[in-house]
Parts: sequence; structure tokens; C-alpha cells
Amino acid sequence: MFNKDSLKIDSQKVTEYLCQNILTQIRDKLKKGGAVIGISGGIDSSVVAALCARALGPKRVLGVMMPEKDSSPDSKRLALKLADTFGFEAIEESIYGGLSGLKCYEKRDEAIKSVFPEYDSSWKSKITIPTNILEKDSFNFFTLFIENEKGESKTKRLPLKAYLQIVASTNLKQRLRMTTLYYQAEKRNWAVAGTGNKDEHMQGFFVKYGDGGADLKPIAHLFKVQVYQLAKYLGVPQEIIERTPTTDTYSAEVTQEEFFFGLDFYHMDMLWYAMEHDVPPEEAAKVLNLTKEQVERGYANIKRKIVATEYLRMAPLEIE
Amino acid sequence: MEKDNLRKEIKDFIIETFLFGDEAESLQDSDSFMQNGIVDSTGILEVTNFIEEKYNINIENEEMTPNNLDSVENLVNFIVRKTNG
Repeated sequence: MFNKDSLKIDSQKVTEYLCQNILTQIRDKLKKGGAVIGISGGIDSSVVAALCARALGPKRVLGVMMPEKDSSPDSKRLALKLADTFGFEAIEESIYGGLSGLKCYEKRDEAIKSVFPEYDSSWKSKITIPTNILEKDSFNFFTLFIENEKGESKTKRLPLKAYLQIVASTNLKQRLRMTTLYYQAEKRNWAVAGTGNKDEHMQGFFVKYGDGGADLKPIAHLFKVQVYQLAKYLGVPQEIIERTPTTDTYSAEVTQEEFFFGLDFYHMDMLWYAMEHDVPPEEAAKVLNLTKEQVERGYANIKRKIVATEYLRMAPLEIE
Repeated sequence: MEKDNLRKEIKDFIIETFLFGDEAESLQDSDSFMQNGIVDSTGILEVTNFIEEKYNINIENEEMTPNNLDSVENLVNFIVRKTNG
């Protein structure tokens, strides 16, 4: 029976199950001695780090902070608070030099300038998608937003070429983070633990061979609202729990809702759960206080993203 | 604008761009590009780029809907409305 509590989990039981799995996966299947996690001060990496510390002991966990030019200063402070709370070591490895060497910022700025010629590196930028996906059956087109130091802002729908170049250049960030994590893991003979949740994993909100590159993904089956439940149970600092999830990739702060999902986590996760369990739209609408049409649009949007991002979850194709 | 010519130009573009010119893949005028896995959300940007440039029209954000863009027939009707309006 679908109801408001359908996504509630028994956090203690789930934690025990996850910890047992993390231990056997790292020790027995991967034959590694510990876990390396990229920590951003966000809820997902915090929960994965806390789970690994509980499963393996904090001495077998390393948190790596990887700041670059566009990172929020809050990320480092909160990541250190997390490491302190759970007693594992945290180190900082800046990826700014590497990204500059790869011309990440230069290539991104070139694409932004093709849309807004007045843009220079003193402006902040971000990409957003429509967040009214339940109100209107719309495609997920991308809008570029820029803002200068005086607070003047401009927005424009991104043409294909500029969009692809911005995404390709900013994806270098996630790929360099992955490379950095594997360096730290290999020199210890440890494993890299990925931090993506179900929303990110199944709707394709990750970079293939970037943050999607890991040896294990302990929370890839959990909805974001369930990750929050685990965070509370595990004792993740309240400030991290209350922080709005962002991409921490663009210079202007952009929430995950406006960058990718287009919907708040509660409604998205509930709609998704209902869709997976074949709950008729009329019934889901009653529970969520939405109209039948809104539920149908929500189902369609989630389905479209899962199908469109299937290639991200595929292993390299081999000839059979 | 003549609808039959328009239909052919759009169909040729879709077949050439997304089906690599393989006309054996049967594409009906009313087939949804998205539901049939021909075009994804990035592909829709390719479609909008093409029609904005080719027919010199400006697609507003609120016009980025499946009703306007998600089949050969929908595109034909949309372009006719825009160019006549």
C-alpha cells in the first residue's frame, strides 16, 4: 500500500546490512585493505565515509578533499568536521593545477563566451534545467546563467555546441577527482568507494569514469531521502544534513534540483517509488497531494532520464 | 511553406543525423523520437538547432515541448505555425 511512509527504512538494520556488505566486498572480493572516499562535505559522501568507518574501522578509511577554483569554501570545513566526527584521516589534494593544465577553465570559458561575448573569468556561471517538470510536459533543455560582481545576471538557453563543450570541460573535474582517488587507493592497496545514490546512479547524474568510477557503490540502491535517514542514524553532523545539495562544480552555486533533477527530492523519490511499484497515477496523486496529470508527467520525466542515460551505466561494449 | 517538402526535409535530417542514413529503419511521421529511442535529450538540442537555423525561427523556452518537437508531424505543424504566425 503506497503511503507517505513508503520510503521509510529501518536505519539500524540497513546500516548493519550495508556494513557487512562493505566489509566482505573490500576484504574478500576486492582483496583490499581499506577504502578511499572523495569527501565534499555533502550528504552522500558523508554517509559513505561514515558507513566505511563503521564497517572497516576508521584507520582503514581515508577521506580526500579535492578543491579546485570553483569549489565552495564550505566543502573543506564540513569535510574536516566529518573526518573529525568519525575519526578517519582526511587529506587535501588540490586538482586546480591539473585542471588548469588540461585547460578545463579555458575551454569552458570559451564555450560560455560563444553565448555571452561579454563574459570573462570574473563572472560566475551555472547551468540549470526547468524546475517545473510537473506543471508542463517539457524537454530538459539547459539554460546558461552568468552573474558579474555587481550582481547583474543574464540567462539564455544553451545551443548544442556550447552545451556540449561546457559539459565536456567541466566533466574533467570529476575525472580528475577519480584519478586522484585511485592514486591514493593504489598506493595503499585500498579500494575506491563511490558515493552516488539511486537518484544519481539511475537517472545518470554522474560522469562516466569520473565520479561513476569506483570499486564499490554502497548507496547506489538508496533513494536520496533514505540517505538522509541513514545520515541522521549514523550521526553525520547536522550542518552537513541541512546543507542544500549542490553540484560544487560551477562557480555560481547551483542546487541539484535546478541543475539536473528538476524536482525536490521528496516528490521525485516518492513518484519514482510509486512508478516502480506500479501505483496507479490517481492513487499516487492522492498521497502526494498532486493531480493525476502531474504524477503522469513525473513518471514520464523519470523514465525518460533512466532510458536516456543507460549508456552511462554500461560497461564498454565488446564484440560477442 | 509546403508541408510535404517540409516533411521530407525533416525526415531526411532525422534519418541522416540519428539513423546514420539507414532508411530501412522505418520511421513513421507520428512516431515519438524519444519513446522510440531515436533521439535523447541532447538529440532534441540537435533538432532545435537544425530547425532554428534552417527555417530561421526562434524557439522560445515554453515551446520546448513534445507536442511541438517530438515527431516529424509535430515538427512540421510547429514550423508551419511559427512561420505563418
